[in-house]
This record gives sequence, C-alpha cells and structure tokens, in this order.
Amino acid sequence: MNVEQFVEPDRVHRRVYTDQAIFDAEMEKIWERTWVYCGHESQVPATGDYYAVTIGRQPMIMVRQADRSVQVLYNRCPHRGVQLVGNLKGNVGSAFVCSYHAWSFHLDGNVRAIPLAKGYEGTRMSRDNPDCSMKHAARVDSYRGFVFASLSADGPPLKEFLGEARIAFDDMCDRSPVGEVEVVPICHRVMQHSNWKFFMENQLDSLHPSVTHQSTGISAGKVEKRLKAERGSAPLYYHYLSTFASSFEQWDAVQTINFPRGHGILKAYMGLRPKDPDTMEHEAMLVQAYGPEKAEEYLSRSIHHVLVYPYLSVQSPLQQLRCLRPVGPDKTLSEIWHFRLKGAPEAIYRRSLWYYNLVNSPATMINADDLENWTKGQWGLQSNGGDWVSFHRWYGDDRVENGVTYSNHGTSEAVMRNQFRAWTQYLTEGGAK
Amino acid sequence: MSKAASTGGPAIPSAGPDFEHLLAQEVVIEPKGDARTGAQAVEPDHKPRAVQGLAPAARGLPARGVVARSAAQAELQREVEQLLYLQAELLDGKHWQAWMDLFDDQGVYWMPVTTEQTEWEGSPSIFAEDKLMMEIRKGRVSHPNAWSQVPMWETNHIVSHVAVESASEGQVQVRSRFHMMELRRDTVRHFGGRYQHTLVRGSDGVLRIRLQRVDLFNSQAPFDYVLQIWV
Repeated sequence: MNVEQFVEPDRVHRRVYTDQAIFDAEMEKIWERTWVYCGHESQVPATGDYYAVTIGRQPMIMVRQADRSVQVLYNRCPHRGVQLVGNLKGNVGSAFVCSYHAWSFHLDGNVRAIPLAKGYEGTRMSRDNPDCSMKHAARVDSYRGFVFASLSADGPPLKEFLGEARIAFDDMCDRSPVGEVEVVPICHRVMQHSNWKFFMENQLDSLHPSVTHQSTGISAGKVEKRLKAERGSAPLYYHYLSTFASSFEQWDAVQTINFPRGHGILKAYMGLRPKDPDTMEHEAMLVQAYGPEKAEEYLSRSIHHVLVYPYLSVQSPLQQLRCLRPVGPDKTLSEIWHFRLKGAPEAIYRRSLWYYNLVNSPATMINADDLENWTKGQWGLQSNGGDWVSFHRWYGDDRVENGVTYSNHGTSEAVMRNQFRAWTQYLTEGGAK
Repeated sequence: MSKAASTGGPAIPSAGPDFEHLLAQEVVIEPKGDARTGAQAVEPDHKPRAVQGLAPAARGLPARGVVARSAAQAELQREVEQLLYLQAELLDGKHWQAWMDLFDDQGVYWMPVTTEQTEWEGSPSIFAEDKLMMEIRKGRVSHPNAWSQVPMWETNHIVSHVAVESASEGQVQVRSRFHMMELRRDTVRHFGGRYQHTLVRGSDGVLRIRLQRVDLFNSQAPFDYVLQIWV
C-alpha cells in the first residue's frame, strides 16, 4: 500500500485513522519492529513474577529471571500453541508449565521438561531444536528501570530510539534523591473508542484544554477562589484542575518541541515549587544528593508531557505514565501507571497522587471529555462528510534546527505534522529517521 | 535462543509412564554453559502458585447483621435502609445537592481500586472526594459544556443486603450491595459491588454519611469509557 498518498505536509487523509489495512500495516511496521514499552522493572520484583503485555498484536510475557534480569517472551507454548500464562500478572514459580500437556520451560524460555519425551525420538522435536523452547522478543533493554522490547533484531538501539525523549525517564528519576522510581502496583485501564493517533495528537494539543475541559476548569476555579478567600490558600490540586480553563493566549504561550521519530515535549511549568515545608524538604534532599546546580536543573525543567511516539505519554514531574495498546483502528486500550520517587517525602507522592486521581482515574473529570471528543472524532472520520484532516495551524511558522521542530506558538499543529512525518517514514522505509 | 538450547546434547528425557509420576519426577533439561538464567532451578515446581490479591479467608467473614431484638434496633434497621434507598433515588434523579447533603461536613465518598486498600488518601483511587471535591464534580456535570455528559445518560440503582454491622450511640456501620445500570448514548453498562457506610448521627438527630466506601466488583477490569458520577 502506498501510504504517502494519504499524508501531505499540512493535512492527512481520514483513512489513516479508520482503515483496517493501514492499522495492520502500523502493527507490522511500527509496533512489531520498534522498541515498545513493556513495563517497569518493579512490576516484577521477585523471580518468576510476570506481567502479560501486548506488543502490537503479539501476546508477550515480561518475566523476572533468577539472575535479576528481565526477559520478554511470547506467551505461547511451542508444543500446540496454548498460552502459558492466563492471567494479567502473577508468579509462575521457577518455571512456566503449560496447562494443556505439562511441557515446562525455564524462566528464560528454554525447554525444561517434556512429558513422555520418548515419544519424540526420531522426530524433529529434539533437544537441539530451538522450536522446543519459548520464543524470545528479539531484543530487550531498559532505561532507568523502564523495560522495552523489540520484536525485530534490526533497528536502532533503545537509547537511540528514545533519543531526546529519554528526558521523560530522566526527569522522573532525577526527582528522587536516589535516582530511582518504583511503580505503584495499581494499573487503571481505560478503553478508548478511537484510533490511537487521537490520543497521541491530543497530548500536545494546547488549543483544546480551555475548550474541552472548560466545565471542570471553571467549576474547580470557583471552589479554588472561594477557598483562597476563606482560608488564604487552596491546595495545589485545585489548581491542577482550574488550570485547564486557562485562556487560549496562555496556552498559546506554551511551546512544543518536536523530535525525530515523532517524539515530543509540551513545555509548561506546573507550579510544582511552592514554598511549603514538604517541597523545601524535597528540594533540600536533591541538593544533598546532587549538589545545588544539578538539583536546580532537575527541579526547574519545564515539562508538562513527554511523548514517546507512538504509544507513550509521560508526565514526568508528576510521575504518571500512559501507555497505548492499540486493539483496532477504532479501539485503543490505555494503561495508566503511577510511580513513587524512591527516598522522597511521602507528601510529594501524595501531591502527585491527587493529579493521578483527578486526571487519570477511571472517574476523571478531565479525560472524560477527551474520550468523548475522540469517540466523536472517530465517527466523524468514518463518514463521507470530508476526506481530509487539517493540520494547518501555524504551518510555516515553526523553527527547525538539527531536525528538531520548535513551535513558536503552543497551539501550532507542528506536533501532528511531526508525528506524521515519522509515521510516513515508519510505513514506507521500515524505520523513522 | 540461548546457546545452550541449540548446542545439541542428550535427547529430551522421558518424563515417565504416567502423569502423576511426571509431576513428582525431576525431569530436567539442563542448559549448559552460558545459559542466561534459570538453569539452577531443577525441581519441577508444582506447588500452588501465589494467590492473586487477598485470599478470601484473609478478607474475613462478613459480620452477621444485627438482628433486631428490640423496637429500637428494628427502627434503626429501617432508618438505615431508608437512607440508602433515598441515596439511590437521589442519584438516579440527578439531585446532586440533595445527595451531597446526605453527607456530614467531614463526609467522604471513596471508591478504592482494590479491596485491600484501607485509607481513602495515600493510594490510587477511582473516586476520593471530600465535600469540596464533590462540589467541583457537581459544578462540572451541571455545566452546559460538560461535553461527556451531553449524550443521553441515565442510571438505575438497586440496593440490597442491608446489614447493620454495629451501632453505638453516635455511629453506625452498615454493609450493603448495589447494582447500577447506566445508559450512556445507546448502550447499557453494569456496575455492581459493595457499599460500606459509616453513618453518624448529628446533633439534630439526623443520620448522615461520614464515609461511603464503594468497592466495585469490576474495579480492575478495563473501563469502557469512564465513570462521571458517583455510583
């Protein structure tokens, strides 16, 4: 399929959001080749702990090995194909044992025992045949505790794939005095009835918040204002919500940085450095750990979201991460995780937890309206009411340096244009540059 | 594929003549050399796997409801039931302020993610709202541009199994179950689970909600869309 016919520099054809064949090509040429996020190492702390994870269309298992490394295997028994783990997570002990005929496998996937093995004598299923063992992901690597796998032996190493988007994980971990985070072992899962691209575009779309989220922003702003009048101050989390109703002009002043491979950053300062005792204690810890200059660098980073294209949105200053698992052209599962800064004060965790509960929980007053937009967006694009999706806002106004596109305006649709440049490369050349 | 698995070696050993034997026998293919991991584990591991979440026994048996042995106890049971039924009616009728007024000033509405959670603050929740946060939610769903609430939506609550677990002068502990059907656009969703109410009697003699804990039985399943109003 020639996908270039669907992508122009300033607009894309609706079929890239709705077409099953294009979706299949995305799974094959992007998800099942490039590095895909599996999970955080702390999700599988003990030997034999596993987490089932989908990479593209492939059911995989992330499993902790006895030597403390993490392996990613296909969830499939090489005998007759039955999946070896049936739950989302758990512990398999020292081996995978198939529920069908009791073939068993070491945690690294190598065959351990086959019942009545005599029956295989003289067949091709002998010990020297790798077909007797579970298949591995071609490559597994991690960055600061975040585990990725690639189902293709070819392609750039993880660090190169992440590129500047590595800042997502650096920014999260650097806020811990020991440079590490650990997962909060609860995952919210929300099904989006829309193409995965809606989410990725929306994350850095600064024009939408004051429209989409006005009802929540206004309502929270009223309570925040009243509290300030009555008590002199309001907790930071009211501001998390009221900020969504900021004016177009305020949002337009926020810059996006758009990297090769579709990654990107929405800048913006979240007002996370009030002068309260908890913040002061946290900042002092970082100064102690890293010295004043580094600590200041870490604390003053202007980051709202970091996107790892095409599936991850990381809100590093508040330790939240959303990962997409596309199901079909019009169906996308999002997995929503929260992390603790190791060694940081409990109050700092609780502050970020408010954001997690308010913005990312399955009762969120924020994403509810996004989900409604994306559902209606998907339906609109399935119609014959028009063929093209417009990305013309501030077209030609952006600044490009060394392959990085800096928007002069936060509301520039440079984000979408950049994502589709990467998308086209993935689908036409087998890899984004 | 690791080196060990592809370097030949003995044929796969037979596990023995019967399945029971298989389960007891050490039947091992030893990866050699630089096998990455797992080679040291030689026992077929058929011990029971760790139970996911909390074992049923660890949750404790539900307490028997207080059986009315006096007119006062019978009266309390009726009063509690009527409060829970009223709550259901107020939610289904979208009477948000009247519903919020069922809570006392320190009242909290809490929907944890797992049954193991014990505190309404400090771990991820689906809802964790004091009266101020309830006010934000009320204001938001009542706003004409609450886009997610524009499509037709209705709910229907059924509350049952009302058991007064304990009652003292000022405080009553109640357990019940609920089933909520929700119409959203053209589809119906189901939510069920358990309510645990801590009720307090105010100086005006009225019983109000101090804490409403809502454990959805499907809280960890993927949410098809999100919840927008209290269950």
